[in-house]
Amino acid sequence: MISIRLKEKVGSFAENKDVARDIRMNIIIPALEKGEMVTLDFQGIDSATQSFVHALISDLIRKYGGEVIEKISFKSCNEVIRKIITIVIDYMQESSN
Amino acid sequence: MKIFIPNSAFLGNINPFLKGFDPKNPEKFEIKANEKWIAIHPVVLAMIAALGLPLKADKVFFEKLTAKSAHYLERMGLFKFLGIDSGIKITEHEPAGRFIPLTQINNSQELSGFITEIIPLLHLNPLQTDAMRYVISELVRNVIEHAASPVGAIVAAQYYPKTNTIRIGIADVGVGIKRTINRSHPAETDLEAIRLALTPGITGTTSREGGTESNAGAGLFFIKSIAKVSRGFFMIYSGDALYKLLKEPSGSGKLKRLFADPFKDKHSIEELLPFWQGTVVGVDISLDDTQEFSSLLDLIREVYSKTVRERKREKYRKPKFI
Repeated sequence: MISIRLKEKVGSFAENKDVARDIRMNIIIPALEKGEMVTLDFQGIDSATQSFVHALISDLIRKYGGEVIEKISFKSCNEVIRKIITIVIDYMQESSN
Repeated sequence: MKIFIPNSAFLGNINPFLKGFDPKNPEKFEIKANEKWIAIHPVVLAMIAALGLPLKADKVFFEKLTAKSAHYLERMGLFKFLGIDSGIKITEHEPAGRFIPLTQINNSQELSGFITEIIPLLHLNPLQTDAMRYVISELVRNVIEHAASPVGAIVAAQYYPKTNTIRIGIADVGVGIKRTINRSHPAETDLEAIRLALTPGITGTTSREGGTESNAGAGLFFIKSIAKVSRGFFMIYSGDALYKLLKEPSGSGKLKRLFADPFKDKHSIEELLPFWQGTVVGVDISLDDTQEFSSLLDLIREVYSKTVRERKREKYRKPKFI
C-alpha cells in the first residue's frame, strides 16, 4: 500500500491541476498497476477545487471502472473536501454507467 | 477602440458601460471618464487593462481625469498596466485588507503563486478566503487552458467591508467562449455558447459525458452557484452576448434551488452588444453567506448527477413501435 501526502505537493489549497495530473500519472497509476492499494492523504489541506479532484481521480474511474474506488482511500478529508470528492466520483460513475 | 468610464458601473448596472464600448480600430485605444465621480467594479478595470496591455503606451490615449475618485484607478494599477503617467500622486498603501490590484496571470505557476501570496494580503477569514481563491483559481485556469489569450488573465478584486462583499473581475482577450465550446458542441450564437458553458458537464474539450481527464465542464457552474447561494451577481460577457445572474432576495435564510440550465435562474441576457474578443467574468460574493458552501456542495451533487443522467437518457435509442 502506498500513502501520498498531498499537502507536501499542493499546499493547503489543492487547486493545481498540473500537479494533480503528475500525481495521478507518476504515482497513483503505477501503484494501481502493481496491484497496490492507494491512500490519498488530505491532512493539512483546507480546501480543494472540483477541477483538482477531477484531474486527480476521474481518469482512474474511466480507465479502471468504478471498482477502482475500492482500491483508493481518502484520508483526513474535511467536510468540503469529502463532498467535492463525492461529487466527482458520483458524476464519473453516472457518466460511465 | 473607445471606452467611457461612467460615474458608476457595478454588475447590477454595467450594461450601459458595455454598450458604450467601441471595439473598432483596435490599433489605438481612447479612454474617457466621467468628470465628477468614478465608482466601478474591478471587472471594468480588468477589461480596460486587458484591452490596453497589447498596445504600446503611445497608442493609448487617456483623457485627463478630473473626478476626485480617480486616484482609485491609480491605486488599482491601471495606469501602470497601460504604461502611461496619470499625473495622479497618491501615497501607496499596502493593499492589505481592501483590494487586489490589477494582476496579469499567464500560467499555472503564476496562478498558484497568486493564490498563495496575494490573496492572504486581504486578511479575510478562512471561509471568506475559501470562496475567493476557489473562484479565482477556477476562472483563471479556464483562461490559461482554453482562452489562448495573448495577455493571459487580468484579475482584480476589491473587498467592501460595509457590505462584507468581495467583487472579483477577470478578463481575457482570447478566443472567446463560442469558439471553445464549438470544438465539441454546436452553438450558433455567443449566448447559446455561454448557456452551454454554464451547464454542468458541458466542456469544449469533448462531447463525452464526464469530460476529459482534465476537464469536466463544471467550473463555471460551481462559480455561478457560489454567487447564487451568496446572493451576489455573476456576469459573463463574451463575443456579443452577456449573461447576468441577478441577485437573489436576501433574508430568506434558505439555500435556493440550483438549476443546471442557467436560463432557469433569475437572470438577464443581452445580445448584439459591442463585440468582446475574449471573455469577461465578474462575480460578487456576499461573505455573510459563504458558510453555506458545504450545503451548496450537497445541492451541486444532486443537480450534477441528475443532469448527467438525464442527458445520457436523451441519447438512448428508443424502441420503434409500429
